[in-house]
Amino acid sequence: MYPDSLRYTKEHEWVRVEGDIAVVGITDHAQKELGDIVYVDLPKVGTTLEAGKSLGSVESVKAVSDIYAPVSGEVVETNGLLVPAPEKLNEDPHGEAWLVKLRLSAPEEATKLMSAADYQKYLGEN
Amino acid sequence: MPVRYSGIMDEHHAVRRQVGLFDVSHMGEVEVRGPQAFELVDYIATSHISKVVDGQAQYAGLLYAHGGFVDDILVYRVNPQHYFLCVNASNQEKDYEHIAAQNRWECEVDFASERYSQLAIQGPRAAITLQKLTGTDLSTIRYYRFRDGEVDGVPARLARTGYTGEDCFEVFFDPAESEHLWKKVLEAGAEFGIKPCGLGARNTLRLEAGMALYGHEIDASITPIEAGLERNVDMSKEFVGKPACAKQLAEGVTRKLMGFEMTGRGIARDGYEIQVDGAAAGWVTSGSPSPTLNKNIGMCYLPVSAAQLGRTIQVIVRDQPVDAVTVPTPFYKRAK
Repeated sequence: MYPDSLRYTKEHEWVRVEGDIAVVGITDHAQKELGDIVYVDLPKVGTTLEAGKSLGSVESVKAVSDIYAPVSGEVVETNGLLVPAPEKLNEDPHGEAWLVKLRLSAPEEATKLMSAADYQKYLGEN
Repeated sequence: MPVRYSGIMDEHHAVRRQVGLFDVSHMGEVEVRGPQAFELVDYIATSHISKVVDGQAQYAGLLYAHGGFVDDILVYRVNPQHYFLCVNASNQEKDYEHIAAQNRWECEVDFASERYSQLAIQGPRAAITLQKLTGTDLSTIRYYRFRDGEVDGVPARLARTGYTGEDCFEVFFDPAESEHLWKKVLEAGAEFGIKPCGLGARNTLRLEAGMALYGHEIDASITPIEAGLERNVDMSKEFVGKPACAKQLAEGVTRKLMGFEMTGRGIARDGYEIQVDGAAAGWVTSGSPSPTLNKNIGMCYLPVSAAQLGRTIQVIVRDQPVDAVTVPTPFYKRAK
């Protein structure tokens, strides 16, 4: 369910590091909690994000959920698929429906995030 | 009642296209009995209670003297000496106290919520679903009429009322039978694609149908005139809150409830600020994506000067103004 290749946050985001780029998304748990996702608000390319600060938001029929940057960096790409098809976040949150790609400014931040095993343990406890 | 079962979209579409089942047992009930039951109900309810016949239901406001809403309710006339009131869960205690406080007619006012469970069967397949479980000929119960009968052997009040804008039945019965009837209705509706539905779909359905929700479109600070509910106010009789309504009808209101749809990219949510010409002007009472219309819709209070159809307004979504345009309500009306 939760790939070992990703690192996870307590706010239910994930990060996959590819060299100096971090791909960021929300977890399967997050999409399930939200329900039918109908809208995604992402930062502009070039925006500098600080770990723990708002990255954007994801909205379901019922609720608005803020998404926080798991790591710091500059936005180099946003997932254009999600504007016309936000429901992809319900279907493939760990794959096709990533949110943004960041150029890491503090790569060591990613190593402090939870492993898949730790995240699953965290979900079990909360 | 959970927010959702299979998903708000799925449940919403089931009600518009087939049939959905809601457990609305949280709703409250108050019964008024006595030779002068009509006098009391007519005095606390805003609408034309004198025109309501046995076996008929009527929507009404329950107002404070200053004209604000205590609650909005459905009044069912069982007979001239017995009215059955269905009220909102969160208001039921204050409703009961409000009604009892106006009781100058020695009526029996009975807080009856614990004696009734309520299931709402809603959608184009509602009648055919429920008909499988009852000997009452449902085709003879018209919209906003009701009859006492049984459902799968359980004595029940069968009302053709609802909160979704679809064909509808609401069934009241002994809470001991809740699980039994929930299961039976789901079984009966299985061949028609019935879905159990939660609060999320209940809200999107009623919003599309342009229906008010207490705590959103109406509350103690809002009058029926402001909320666009004049047709449910009978100014030819006496009722609690009438002078306040009369004053607003004579002098005009300062704000009005309006429907809108987003034209810019963004979803309006309850409580978001509305701006007109760059200045704060009102607030969103309910806002949501509309699964049926595939638009983002909402209702809001606007100053009368801006409360015209087709007016461009801005909804403040996370500090950014996003364009919307005022539109007629209901947003959705079923084909007859």
